[in-house]
Amino acid sequence: MSQVSSMQPVLAARDLGVSYGNRKVLEIPEIDVIPNRVLALIGPNGSGKTTLLLCLALLLKPTSGKILYRGETVLDGSKTLQLRRRFAVAFQEPLLLNTTVRENVRLGLRLRGFDSAEIKRRTDYWLEKFGIASLAERNARTLSGGEAQRASLARAFALQPEVLFLDEPFAALDSPTRQSLFGDMVNILQETRFTTVLVTHDRNEAQTLAHRIVMLVNGKIVQSGTPREIFSSPVNEEVARFVGIENVIEGKIVANRNGVVDIQVNGSIIEGISGAQIGELVDICIRPEHITLSPVRSSTSARNVFAGKITSLLAAGALVRVSLDCGFPLVALITRLSADELNLEVGKQVFASFKATAIHVISVK
Amino acid sequence: MDLIIDGIKHAFLLLIHGDPKVIQVVWLSLAVSGSATILSLCIGIPLGSVLGLARFPGRRFIISLINTGMGAPPVVVGLAVTIFLWRNGPLGVLHLLYTPSAMVLAQFVIALPLVAGFTLATIQQQDPKLRLQILSLGASRFQMVWLLLKEARLPLLAAVMAGFGAVISEVGASMMVGGNITGQTQVMTTAIVGETSKGEFAVAIAFSIILMVLVYLVNFVLTTIQQRSRAG
Repeated sequence: MSQVSSMQPVLAARDLGVSYGNRKVLEIPEIDVIPNRVLALIGPNGSGKTTLLLCLALLLKPTSGKILYRGETVLDGSKTLQLRRRFAVAFQEPLLLNTTVRENVRLGLRLRGFDSAEIKRRTDYWLEKFGIASLAERNARTLSGGEAQRASLARAFALQPEVLFLDEPFAALDSPTRQSLFGDMVNILQETRFTTVLVTHDRNEAQTLAHRIVMLVNGKIVQSGTPREIFSSPVNEEVARFVGIENVIEGKIVANRNGVVDIQVNGSIIEGISGAQIGELVDICIRPEHITLSPVRSSTSARNVFAGKITSLLAAGALVRVSLDCGFPLVALITRLSADELNLEVGKQVFASFKATAIHVISVK
Repeated sequence: MDLIIDGIKHAFLLLIHGDPKVIQVVWLSLAVSGSATILSLCIGIPLGSVLGLARFPGRRFIISLINTGMGAPPVVVGLAVTIFLWRNGPLGVLHLLYTPSAMVLAQFVIALPLVAGFTLATIQQQDPKLRLQILSLGASRFQMVWLLLKEARLPLLAAVMAGFGAVISEVGASMMVGGNITGQTQVMTTAIVGETSKGEFAVAIAFSIILMVLVYLVNFVLTTIQQRSRAG
């Protein structure tokens, strides 16, 4: 971590605020864009992700605070145009102009004054790279959604920007199209190592692409860290639910033996690892895939074993989502094969077990 | 019945033989309305763009003024321009009244709100994010507006047609500020009025046919463009 933070950020924002009238939509004390890294801005709709992206890309003037480019404050005026020409943005909608695909990809390069040989070289290269070379002479209006987004991305990548901004580039695509484009994008970003700011509300995209994640809620940063930190140690229930932790259970610390805590939940005791004090109220986070089900009380190393009644079974692809009532609600995700072997059905009793280390404990303020 | 048939027959003869008087009037009509349309484009497109893209005090007022202007009766415009150009009016020293220049001015005032209004509507229909996209590609403000207008070229062509169609078929203002002087300020519409009042139906019908063909052509192009842009 220290190695990363010692690198000078390409872009940074300090005390950034954006208001519409009296309504504050963004309040960011500090954020850094580190070279050759992917920074993902995640959060629910309306959390201010895109607003923050637009400020950093110098496309929206913040109400207060400042943007720094390589340590220097960005001032208004003609210099912002020069700086904008070092960046590139691709939005959720492809926003192509009514001309050929090739002309669309050429446009940014022409505006930035590249010579025609370089424009041709880069246009050909990136059209090929995004798999749309055969569509080069087609009118952009005749493309499918996926093809259009590839053209939009080729247009942004062809600029080989110092910072690449991607605003939910896959969100509007249907599932197979999204998967194929996302796969290509993972490879291209790994290869180019472009400094990237990615806005997404898809946790899997963030987890796969990002070196660092900043989670926004209501215009404020609620947590920032590596994907591992965010996904394994969310700071509150909202982040926990966003990163896919379906089991968030309220409880109270009743014992603490050198970091191993007993948490009382509706008459049961769950054992976990935490620095929380006795008497403290906490949220217990357990990922559904970390819960094992068995027909009898097993004698595994798991300390937490609870008898529960199955309240619902829901097949989701190759997995089955099992909802249990153990005195507290619990959701487990198991393979279809295990579900068949266990002969699960609603109303049946099973034993749910999970390790104390599989639990993430959040203090409730 | 004979009156109509003779009138149409005579009209076609005038057209086929290229009667110099007819040609002169048609030429003046096209020159006056063409100049007025070009002038209104030069002012109306930038005005509509600014109103569509910028936010400033008084913007709403100007937009409502334009909307009113889009439906203003040409006679009222004619009256206003006449007063301005009157001997002791504000622009009287220019001695423009009863000249083709006065007619260009009056028709410009009629076409301007149409062109500005169409431009404004076109710009506002575009995705606001398109501006950000174009700016992010490295365009200056000026380049951005140019690209947006280029992107809106089909609807803007409609603005051109609407403006030209309005002024070429307008009669009240041209009559008032031009005076319908034969050989000097007579255009097709005012000629139709003049010839009809003299009972010269053949000439009036000839001008009407030309005028209808022109208006038809304008509308045909307009419709084609609109249908194409809808399909695209």
